[in-house]
Amino acid sequence: MTTCPDNIVEVRDLVKTYRRGAQVVPVLENITFDICEGEFLALMGPSGSGKSTLLNIIAGIDKADSGTVAIGGVDISSLSETDLASWRSLNVGFIFQFYNLIPVLTAFENVEMPLLLTGLSRAERREHVEIALGVVNLTDRMDHYPSQLSGGQQQRVAIARAVVTDPRILVADEPTGDLDRVSAQDVLGLMERLNHEFGKTIIMVTHDPRAAERAHLVRHLEKGVLNDVRS
Amino acid sequence: MFVLKLIIRNAFRHKLRTGLTILGVAVAIMAFGLLRTLISAWYQGVESASASRLITRNAISLTFTLPISYGEKIRSVPGVRKVSYANWFGGIYISEKNFFANFAIDARNYLDLYPEFVIPPEQKDAFLTDRKGCVIGQSLSERFGWKLGDPVTLRGTIYPGQWSFTVRAIYQGAEKSTDESQFFFHWDYLNEVMKKTSPGRADMVGVFVESIEDADRAAEVGRSIDELFRNSLAETMTETEKAFQMSFVAMTGAIVAAIQIVSYVVIVIIMVVAANTMAMTARERIPEYATMKTLGFGARYIAGAIFGESITISLVGGLLGVALSFPAGTWIEHSLKQFFPAFAISTPTIVLDLVASVIVGTVAALFPAWRGTTINVADGLRRIG
Ligand SMILES: Nc1ncnc2c1ncn2[C@@H]1O[C@H](COP(=O)(O)OP(=O)(O)OP(=O)(O)O)[C@@H](O)[C@H]1O
Ligand SMILES: [Mg+2]
Repeated sequence: MTTCPDNIVEVRDLVKTYRRGAQVVPVLENITFDICEGEFLALMGPSGSGKSTLLNIIAGIDKADSGTVAIGGVDISSLSETDLASWRSLNVGFIFQFYNLIPVLTAFENVEMPLLLTGLSRAERREHVEIALGVVNLTDRMDHYPSQLSGGQQQRVAIARAVVTDPRILVADEPTGDLDRVSAQDVLGLMERLNHEFGKTIIMVTHDPRAAERAHLVRHLEKGVLNDVRS
Repeated sequence: MFVLKLIIRNAFRHKLRTGLTILGVAVAIMAFGLLRTLISAWYQGVESASASRLITRNAISLTFTLPISYGEKIRSVPGVRKVSYANWFGGIYISEKNFFANFAIDARNYLDLYPEFVIPPEQKDAFLTDRKGCVIGQSLSERFGWKLGDPVTLRGTIYPGQWSFTVRAIYQGAEKSTDESQFFFHWDYLNEVMKKTSPGRADMVGVFVESIEDADRAAEVGRSIDELFRNSLAETMTETEKAFQMSFVAMTGAIVAAIQIVSYVVIVIIMVVAANTMAMTARERIPEYATMKTLGFGARYIAGAIFGESITISLVGGLLGVALSFPAGTWIEHSLKQFFPAFAISTPTIVLDLVASVIVGTVAALFPAWRGTTINVADGLRRIG
């Protein structure tokens, strides 16, 4: 992990403050760092330190006050809302703490969702969904609704949904935060595999030291400032 | 396709909530439709009135009569084809609640002027030859079980006394809107009695009815008739039957306006209720909409899902309301037959019902859709935790 052939993420002078009435809350103060293509990065830090905020800005669902974020050479801080939405659908896979599956859609339909924004035919979509569900080992559950699946299974469906469009980056905000140990190990193993086998760059926010162990690199965010800690 | 699937499944996610909303919309739409039908039933008499018949009455007011001698003069006016006359009798059968319209008519000419009252020829002859005979409408005969040959006694109000008649003919309406609840008897019988009991009221007529050659010249003919009696003892006022009927309806115009307002108020109320339900539903789904946005779905998907769900629910309610309004309408038709000869839910009313329910659904979704499409994705996701 000493050589970095290519930076996929370049964050420069990122500043983000929230205003609560008259009170100004600084969350990110001049954050600058890079992420290598193929990296598995864990972001740690105390609650309220701005981990989710930083992750959201990198993933293009939140905007910084100033500074730039370039991903694969594209400056996403300058994209319009609409362009950003289609950029996200092609380049970023999202994994959330609470899975965020749509309850009225089956596992298959949830995984198919991101593909509906592409020009793929029905048959092509089916093929992609089956591959993705195969990777997370849930092909036999594809007609189940989220309420019929365990937490760990739901998170695996969510991972299938995140990778079905074959994005270069996966962002995960406490992906094991709501899971028991065994399910958490499952999910982490899966993420490791996606990093290793499929070369996905992963940025994972976590409180769990066991989760952080799986990453190549751990960074600490504290009081709006980022520190390196190699694992 | 995807949005459609989402709409249908979301709509029936909270079965009780959706069921109650549908029921509420259904009842409101039914009430709306029935009130609209009530209003059009009110104007039905006007709608079915002929534009080619004129009515001449005393210019002072309807309660003042005209000398029968006017008839001859009216007949001489160019454009007038036939003249007849009638008096509002105002008789009561046993008690006031049995109200129906009854008239003393110039028998032969009057029935000729009203071809919409269809009478079998032998019954018509029987009526014409019996001075104390009467003609009654089909629905009136059903209401009191009167058959041909039955005696009927009315208590006079304008013309005091007990008046005995024999049912000689039963007419049927040529159209559904024809009023089948009227009662006619010989003006000659009335006049004969008046001559004996109060001679001052004899040979007086309530209204003259004229048929004219050309409906387009109705106003002109009416003016010539009134011109004849200008400056005479009893000046006349001639108008088309439609206008004449309208003046009755206009008396109750305030009530009609009130019903009209109530019908819209019903819609506004259900709109507010539906909007509240939709807002509650959409608020619960904010994290889902935020997730969809995260995945790259644009505002039109979110708006489509919210509007679609709202309109689906209100349209199902609207359809149910329309379906319910038919049995309800039939029931009203039966129980209010004497007031509304035809209480039929028309196609325009059904269309209006469905349009109203779509509007309810659309308005109810406005605010939730605005919230759903404008909310910041990161904030929307945060709601989950
Ligand atoms: N919409 C908002 N308005 C105001 N303040 C906000 C908003 N979103 C986040 N914050 C504040 O910004 C700070 C950082 O929030 P963030 O969610 O990024 O923290 P975090 O490191 O992910 O915390 P946790 O580990 O608890 O998830 C917190 O102090 C939070 O209260
Ligand atoms: Mg967080």
